[in-house]
Amino acid sequence: MSETPSAGSVGLVTPQIARCDMPFTFANGAVLTSHELVYETYGELNSAGDNAVLICHALSGSHHAAGFHAGDDRRPGWWDLAIGPGKPIDTERLFVVCSNNLGCCDGSSGPNTINPDTGKSWGGQFPQPQVQDWVRSQKWLAEHLGISRWAAVIGGSLGGMQALQWAIDFPEWVEHCVALAAAPGLTAQNIAFNEIARHAILSDPDWHGGDYLAAGALPTRGVALARMVGHLTYMSADGMSDRFGRELRENSFASDDNAERVFQVESYLRHQGSRFSTQFDANTYVLMTRALDLFDLAGEHGGDLTAALAHAQANFLVASFSSDWRFPPQRSIEIRDALMAAGKSVTYANIETDNGHDGFLLPNSHYEQLLGEWMRRVGPS
Amino acid sequence: MTRLDLNTVLDWITPGSRVLDLGCGDGAFLARLRDKRGASGVGVDIDPDNLIASVSKGLDVIQEDINDGLHCFSTNGFDVVVLAHALQELTHPHIALQRMVDIGDEAIVSFPNFGHWLCRLHLGLKGRMPMSRAMPRHWYDTPNIHFCTVKDFESLCSELNIHIIERATIAGAAQRPLDKWFPNLFATSAIYRIRRSGT
Repeated sequence: MSETPSAGSVGLVTPQIARCDMPFTFANGAVLTSHELVYETYGELNSAGDNAVLICHALSGSHHAAGFHAGDDRRPGWWDLAIGPGKPIDTERLFVVCSNNLGCCDGSSGPNTINPDTGKSWGGQFPQPQVQDWVRSQKWLAEHLGISRWAAVIGGSLGGMQALQWAIDFPEWVEHCVALAAAPGLTAQNIAFNEIARHAILSDPDWHGGDYLAAGALPTRGVALARMVGHLTYMSADGMSDRFGRELRENSFASDDNAERVFQVESYLRHQGSRFSTQFDANTYVLMTRALDLFDLAGEHGGDLTAALAHAQANFLVASFSSDWRFPPQRSIEIRDALMAAGKSVTYANIETDNGHDGFLLPNSHYEQLLGEWMRRVGPS
Repeated sequence: MTRLDLNTVLDWITPGSRVLDLGCGDGAFLARLRDKRGASGVGVDIDPDNLIASVSKGLDVIQEDINDGLHCFSTNGFDVVVLAHALQELTHPHIALQRMVDIGDEAIVSFPNFGHWLCRLHLGLKGRMPMSRAMPRHWYDTPNIHFCTVKDFESLCSELNIHIIERATIAGAAQRPLDKWFPNLFATSAIYRIRRSGT
């Protein structure tokens, strides 16, 4: 990164911490006597308070959605593509909030933080959060920040599901809702992939029943494998062929016939896995995948998605990505059709891309234009 | 040729109606309906650039192929369903028409009239499929795969038990008012206001 932030960047940002000293009760009945949420904000909250936008992050995301933490950061926040001055989520007009979900590992109370009741890290004892828990904890954060209504709640993948849950659980709070590459619930295949990931972690000898921190260990092999499987499902076959083909890694086929031949795609997956395994907490990965599995937008309405969305007051943007097979377009279409049947205002696009599920994070001119044009209806005109 | 005789259609739409525009293009028509008639609308288009243009006008749009059956729209979900100059591009125009009068209390359909005397002359004298400024493509690369005449359309409506409420025709200045008396010969395009019979 250069000394001065590039045009369209929110520049240097500092994460903030909100501490809640009231008890928080999870959907499963577990209670935190107190907890902390780490979050970032970009732009300014206006005096009318009608320009606040909430960004919900995906499985392995964090509160660091845009900008840089330090001048020498190699990479910006995970959704810098969309958030910044003049970008689709325009920080010159909007006040953008992104918080790290409860149970995650980037600063909010989670398995890698200290349990105030025991003075030790939570480890495997942290309560299992569900999407509706995150929504309630974010509502507390909003009130803490002096926000009484979101001009928009926006997210992709798990974050998109969270945005939809917001629109259902607190209809009067959500004026616009954007759900990208989302689904109304996970399929058996989705759950199966998550189970493979969890199995990889739980069968790592360094797992120690989730209390690896106390044992001075890290189940990096399990987490790396979990990530490799997960990452694979975020890409499309065509996208992988274009990017890696059958290319061998440089120098992997030297003069020695016995030298290991490593395909670029292997090298890439290994790198993704190993980088992730030292950065992301294993317990969090288990909790997050479980939260995804448990997510069921229509669950409280006997599977009737239209009934679940009936009381939402938001205008919706639903977008899918053509080569996404993790949460394919058909799943977004289920959401779209239920919204239309419920008489809601909805725009739907299926973005043509080879980027698979990761499409919502990657550059694509149609996608960025669509999101940008749609976002102009959000906030004060 | 204009996409639709806007003034005719505007007159046919009751203020405050809920309108579904199939093949909404850049959304100009829906935006005008909203601004002039206070109509709320939803557009359907398959083209991403059209989608973006419509969204930029503040409209709700659904990216969908009309040929896929319009199953996402519920019966009686709209006051009016509009299909402007796209009937001839559909794989199954008769199925689309049936869906349109199910989804809307009324439907408005426009199409170029292949029975126009110039088309007949072209086919009759040259023995080739007509090409003109309005129909610039060859038979093999045209999106217009289901041309019909005014008579053909009215006969289909009768077969489908669709009631024609009103018809308007469009013709070049020289042919007026012949298009009113002999629409199948002199109308370059026709606009129909239709609904299910018995409703």
